[in-house]
Amino acid sequence: MSASGSVSTVSRDDNLVSSSEDSSCPDDSDLQLGLGLSLGGGGAGNSAFKLQQQASFGAQYATSLTAKNFPSSSSFSSSSSSLGKPSHASCAKRSADSVANAYSSQVVGWPPIRAYRMNNITNQAKSVATDEYNSMIEKNKRKNGVVENTTNGSNKNYGTGKTKTSLFVKVNMDGIPIGRKVDLSTHSCYETLAQTLEDMFLRPTINVTGISIQEHDTRVEATRSLKLLDGMSDFVLTYEDKEGDWMLVGDVPWGMFLTSVKRLRIMRTSEATGLGPRIQESSGRQRNKPI
Amino acid sequence: MLRKKMNYFPDEVIEHVFDFITSHKDRNAVSLVCKSWYKIERMSRQRVFIGNCYAISPERVIARFPELKSLTLKGKPHFADFSLVPQDWGGILYPWIEAFAKRRVGLEELRLKRMVVSDESLELLSRSFGNFKALVLVSCEGFTTDGLAAVAANCRSLRELDLQENEVEDHKGNWISRFPESCTSLVSLNFACLKGDINLAALEKLVARSPNLKSLRLNRAVPLDVLQKILMRAPQLVDLGIGSFVHDPASDAYNKLKATILRCKSIRSLSGFLEVTPRCLQAIHPICHNLTSLNLSYAPGIHGNDLIKLIQHCRKLERLWILDCIGDKGLGVVASTCKELQELRVFPSDLQGGGNAAVTEEGLVAISAGCPKLHSLLYFCYQMTNAALITVAKNCSNFTRFRLCTLDPVKPDPVTMRPLDEGFGAIVQSCKRLRRLSLSGLLTDQVFLYIGMYAEQLEMLSIAFAGNSDKGMLYVLNGCKKLRKLEIRDCPFGDTALLTDVGKYETMRSLWMSSCEVTLGGCQTLAEDRPMLNVEIINEDGQIDFSADEKQKVGKMYLYRSLVGPRKDAPAFVRTL
Repeated sequence: MSASGSVSTVSRDDNLVSSSEDSSCPDDSDLQLGLGLSLGGGGAGNSAFKLQQQASFGAQYATSLTAKNFPSSSSFSSSSSSLGKPSHASCAKRSADSVANAYSSQVVGWPPIRAYRMNNITNQAKSVATDEYNSMIEKNKRKNGVVENTTNGSNKNYGTGKTKTSLFVKVNMDGIPIGRKVDLSTHSCYETLAQTLEDMFLRPTINVTGISIQEHDTRVEATRSLKLLDGMSDFVLTYEDKEGDWMLVGDVPWGMFLTSVKRLRIMRTSEATGLGPRIQESSGRQRNKPI
Repeated sequence: MLRKKMNYFPDEVIEHVFDFITSHKDRNAVSLVCKSWYKIERMSRQRVFIGNCYAISPERVIARFPELKSLTLKGKPHFADFSLVPQDWGGILYPWIEAFAKRRVGLEELRLKRMVVSDESLELLSRSFGNFKALVLVSCEGFTTDGLAAVAANCRSLRELDLQENEVEDHKGNWISRFPESCTSLVSLNFACLKGDINLAALEKLVARSPNLKSLRLNRAVPLDVLQKILMRAPQLVDLGIGSFVHDPASDAYNKLKATILRCKSIRSLSGFLEVTPRCLQAIHPICHNLTSLNLSYAPGIHGNDLIKLIQHCRKLERLWILDCIGDKGLGVVASTCKELQELRVFPSDLQGGGNAAVTEEGLVAISAGCPKLHSLLYFCYQMTNAALITVAKNCSNFTRFRLCTLDPVKPDPVTMRPLDEGFGAIVQSCKRLRRLSLSGLLTDQVFLYIGMYAEQLEMLSIAFAGNSDKGMLYVLNGCKKLRKLEIRDCPFGDTALLTDVGKYETMRSLWMSSCEVTLGGCQTLAEDRPMLNVEIINEDGQIDFSADEKQKVGKMYLYRSLVGPRKDAPAFVRTL
């Protein structure tokens, strides 16, 4: 019991010692081929060690995981019995999954895919987005649009697949001297872009608790955080278009936005006057919204 | 007695016998029999394979094999593919070309993997070897289409130009028009990885004057109507990579294509579809019946029912590379359709959301049940269970390559929450011919005990985020007698494991350890003890102070045996101990 209590607080080196004490069997003869309980300690101890190892990716990460996932003793058999309680197991599993997703996207070189192929995944995400946009336009045009099973383009849609490799634009936020860059080609809608910008500017440290409440469905996660798009906060997202005008983000279809955006600015709402009637509307909305 | 008899044969006869010995391993063995055989073998050797370009120098290669015609070279360590090796680490081609050119080697074929290839080296190559026939570049970088232009213009006998997954700077594809009118010898042309436009008219003319063309892989810039014209000129193609497959299915161009494809009765291998209108895929169905190889791993536009329908036509498939958007159900269709399947690779298509499109253990179990000839697997999945792996091991004991990657590197069996030790243990126990293995998921020292005990033929092992203690690594080093390449990242293996059997590394090609527990002192001890090993420390952020505390942990270590000592082209951040 005390071993696991110390797991969450000891340093990496100490944990190596304690986990090897936990995980290694009292003597080698206990290493059996088969589902031996003797290696039980190895499971939890091993995971705990890895969590500490992963501490380099964010202290919050490690502590939140060890608190939730390994509440009881270090021996695996006893923790598996505690995991037998359904609510506990599902809680542990869900937080492990969601943290795992965050984890796999933060570890360098994981998943182990050749860099060339990785770059292609990013680009292909954009071509799917472009095709989605075009199929959206097609559906709007036709009265009884036949909805295709695939998300990739409609019947009459051809020649639209020409994509550039990436679309990095500068982003500046009022009050922050150093700007960032974001690759618009990795997004397919305003919501995910807004989320990314929020994470970049408003939550600059890796805050896994923020990520852990997200579902896998990006649509759901997007709707929870439209602070930059619906005028409900002190800041509003704007962009400079090809003609040099500053416009509010979100008015035009995504694909059209991609073709005209030159750079982004997260502007203080108070400064965003003259950008159109929408500002007055949103301030009005703010006033009327019940607290 | 036998030796006396062998001496009666003149050298020419023995040389003739050696002509039938083609595998590198066999030729190496033959050269060790006696001095006479060593001499005959080296003078007749035409194909040389060098798995690590720093294990030997070009001068020594030429000195030993003066009749060399074909060279295969590999440069950076495998983990460089995953951005673990900094830029400018090494693996530079130029010195090899320079040396070969100086000694007037009759080089005809060059195959490179993970090397830095400059335009200068390509230009020198193209001017130095009059009989040069084949250039194959895999996962290389450092060159532009200007270098390709030089190869096209100067290599009069060029038969093969094969570019696979290289990072090429595209200077707007007029390189293809540099093939002279007199060049009619092309057999294989693959430029699918080029990102830029290509001179379509020049491409068509090139295809038209290449009657021997068997393999053609186009890039995204080649539209469907040009594809149709090309296929008209080259109905004899055996291997086709389609660039853009986007068109209005109601158009004339598309109908023409449908008819043209029917003439291409020899196509056995299909790939590409870098952009695609799914409705156009019907044109492909008639040739699916004869396909033995299908690579749709760069075609996310093909999924759902379109993908299933396509696969259902491919009953003779032996090799399939796809994206995980096929799903477990789709893999079920593969399992019931592709009974001849030998190699399967399932790549991830979405690294952000997870969960939605990925495959799980179910898909793999279905494949193992339906495809008895399967022996090579690369499988990126959302999750895996011990029960599934045990079933797979029972169904398919023929695996020679088994690489499994859970998207979360330390994910346990989600059903039992246990490590995946038992599952992988079953694989190594059942698959006695296993040569390559990659592990992932939650793993303890136990899995390495199994590997050391059962994986007798294992030559390459990749480990990440696994194990509890030095014991894990020791099980492997002690047990796997045929181990040649070991690459480890983020595991708790330290100096004890590293130093217990230092002689082992001289029987291996290389060892990579990053983010483990080995210390500077440990590495120094090893380097001092084994002068035939180059022990390189990659110190990219300058964290290691080589004059100070030996107990510093080493972030990245790469060691390999070498006949020529520390390399002279190491950048500042690489220190050979």
